[in-house]
Amino acid sequence: MQTEIIIAGFGGQGVLFAGQLLAYAAMEEDKAVTWIPSYGPEMRGGTANCAVVVADEEIGSPFVKHPQAAIVMNLPSLDKYEALVAPGGVLVVNTSMVDRPCQRPDITVVEIPANEIAERLGDRRMTNMVLLGGLLAQLPVVSMEAVDKALKEHLPERHQKLLPLNRQAMQEGASQPARV
Amino acid sequence: MAKEMMKGNTAIAEAAIRAGLDAYFGYPITPQTELLEWMSVRMPELGRAFVQAESELGAINMVYGAACTGKRVMTSSSSPGISLMMEGLSYIAGTEVPMVLVNVMRGGPGLGNIAPAQADYNQIVHGGGHGDMHPIVLAPASVQEAIDLTVLAFDLAEKYRAIVVVLIDGSLGQMMEPGELPPMAPLKTAIPDWAVRGGDDGKRRTLSSIYLNPPDEEVTNLRLERRWQEVQANEVRYKEYYLEDARYVVTGFGSAGRIALSAVRAARAEGIPVGLLRPISLNPFPRQVIADLSERVEGFLVTEMNAGQMLDDVMAAVAGRKPVEFYGRMGGVVPFPDEILGEIKRMVNGQVPMSGHPRDRWLERMPRAN
Amino acid sequence: MDTAQHELEQVVYQRPESLMEVDTHYCPGCTHGVAHRLVAEVLDEMQVRQRTIGVASVGCSVFAYNYFNTDFVQAPHGRAPAMATGIKRCLPDRIVFTYQGDGDMASIGMGEVVAAAARGENITVVFINNANYGMTGGQMAPTTLPGQKTTSSPNGRDVETQGFPMQAAELLATLEGTSYSVRRSLHDPKNVRMAKKALRTAFEVQARGMGFSIVELLSVCPTNWGMTPLQSLKWLEEAMIPFYPIGDYKVNPALAGLRF
Ligand SMILES: Cc1ncc(C[n+]2csc(CCOP(=O)(O)OP(=O)(O)O)c2C)c(N)n1
Ligand code: SF4
Repeated sequence: MQTEIIIAGFGGQGVLFAGQLLAYAAMEEDKAVTWIPSYGPEMRGGTANCAVVVADEEIGSPFVKHPQAAIVMNLPSLDKYEALVAPGGVLVVNTSMVDRPCQRPDITVVEIPANEIAERLGDRRMTNMVLLGGLLAQLPVVSMEAVDKALKEHLPERHQKLLPLNRQAMQEGASQPARV
Repeated sequence: MAKEMMKGNTAIAEAAIRAGLDAYFGYPITPQTELLEWMSVRMPELGRAFVQAESELGAINMVYGAACTGKRVMTSSSSPGISLMMEGLSYIAGTEVPMVLVNVMRGGPGLGNIAPAQADYNQIVHGGGHGDMHPIVLAPASVQEAIDLTVLAFDLAEKYRAIVVVLIDGSLGQMMEPGELPPMAPLKTAIPDWAVRGGDDGKRRTLSSIYLNPPDEEVTNLRLERRWQEVQANEVRYKEYYLEDARYVVTGFGSAGRIALSAVRAARAEGIPVGLLRPISLNPFPRQVIADLSERVEGFLVTEMNAGQMLDDVMAAVAGRKPVEFYGRMGGVVPFPDEILGEIKRMVNGQVPMSGHPRDRWLERMPRAN
Repeated sequence: MDTAQHELEQVVYQRPESLMEVDTHYCPGCTHGVAHRLVAEVLDEMQVRQRTIGVASVGCSVFAYNYFNTDFVQAPHGRAPAMATGIKRCLPDRIVFTYQGDGDMASIGMGEVVAAAARGENITVVFINNANYGMTGGQMAPTTLPGQKTTSSPNGRDVETQGFPMQAAELLATLEGTSYSVRRSLHDPKNVRMAKKALRTAFEVQARGMGFSIVELLSVCPTNWGMTPLQSLKWLEEAMIPFYPIGDYKVNPALAGLRF
């Protein structure tokens, strides 16, 4: 069993950290996992993405072309990854940052106004957690508890007080309806 | 020790430290820089030597000097920086002092880019430095392997008074994966007898790579060659996947090898009897394993992130007994598993000609932009 | 637009012809762009654009060849003065300049620049001192100040183990072959004007065949310094200038009386 996930958006949206959380959580559950960022000239251009592979055997390619799931946090990422999600897969869209619906009829689509939700929760930095919650509700590749534990272990000391908010953000995301 | 999530670059750095690294010298270059940055924090903290050199030329010669004292020493860089180190590496080989070099390869030639590539295979495995020299070359494909092989590298370097290169591509340097680090080994206290020390044991020691009298240089070369025979006999490493009943073999090293593993699994899922051989020691190369496989399988597919450099070594091992095909991506472009799967199917379904060169056939299939 | 209005208009800002009409990749607030513009204006004023060959180095300015509207080549890290020497020796009547960062010129390339200066090589070096390695993510450079934190001197540059900063303009001024070696800064309009004058002088030195010329320009790197552009200009002025005084370290006496 192997699950591949791509998270994409602008630099600064917490794309890489969301991916790392998934990876930490998978490690927590004793699964094999790889996390690989896009790096290189695109780093400076402002777009960022990372691929996470979770499996219960030795992982082959850490590079992913057709992921089972993608979280797209802005329009360029939707444009790029909508077509690439594997049939039957999951696409989580941050509708706060895109101005068109997803066209694919053969995948599960979760559309979440994540910026608005995060702002309503009082912290814009929760956007990635809202979307991560939305993903895990449809594709429980790791448990929310494991993510919670990973957060506790990897949030810097000065952000530890944000733990409950992170959890709430994930739950908000998880309660968003999906279109199958 | 529990598993930790680490980038390949930092995992190698910490593994080296745990293996008892005394001194590190390096110069910043992407995609290797995290390794140097990790050293800049940890080595001073542990009271060990860290110098950011003025250049790779400086770094490799600092290593040369440090290695002459018999301490555990290493440097790391990426392709363009490694090119600058070639002179020093040859001197180090000629002086027979142990050292570990990490090359986190990127796209080239020239300044190229900072994306992952494997195009330094020939430079590292088949020389680059002048003279007859044989570095031991280890090619991990995962963070755990990178850790284990880094530790091994120091032991092999000392055992054979050799240069050991840990050869990875930029993606493994940048990738995070769980890995288990070894416990902290104590620093070496005994130094080998050949090491300079300015001591008062009544012995005067000199280290040099100059042998003005050709017969003396020949004796040195013979010693190096015989030692290399020993390395070839003892240090071949590789990993096999699904080879027991395989009728076709895919082979690739490092990241190309692990990407091929996904393709091989996909092919197996479709009932294609294919397996993977992933060489771990590129030098010494698992030549005999490939030769033996060529007696019982129907064909080989070599896949690399270069224009077919390991390909030549595979072809030498297969020695024309079976067809060999090649698939490579270059310049920092990474092959995806579906591309390799396509190549596997092409090999299995079609007749792979025994005539012509696999590199020419591959070039024929690649798009033409101009 | 009617003619009356047109006559009232005065051009106060225009892209120099020696710069390409493209956006650069430099970070907001980075003074690499200012330095490019000054060099371009000087090339325009001297009307040498079409006989100039630039040599880009390895660092954030590696793509300078995309920004200058002149012929350009791109050198291996630190080797620009050697490449420039090769070009100048083959095409002695062209204007040849290198554009190098402090890691490039004062670290890995110190040998080449010293040798070129000692030979009195008739080239101009534009040297950007931003006290760190910009492109690779803010590591320590030879120019990093004592105590300055970088990604490879995380506790601040410790002169005991990491040595002292390199004062390139002063160092190169000691060489016989150097005709002109000065330091200027890009942190405010007055200094920018002074920098331009110095660049003009340096290129005039070359045009007159008087040998090696270098202008060191104190520059900011807000991204890796972790500052806003404004903070970084202030830091340059307050922290860098005391260590890197603005001044003329060598001016060939034959330049006396020349006005550009
Ligand atoms: C031989 C070699 N070593 C290292 C590098 C990596 N590298 C690229 S740019 C750079 C430093 C550039 O810093 P600087 O010259 O200060 O210019 P800046 O980016 O600050 O403008 C380094 C070390 C390289 N390209 N080639
Ligand atoms: S990293 Fe620094 S030197 Fe490079 S473009 Fe950005 S601000 Fe300028």
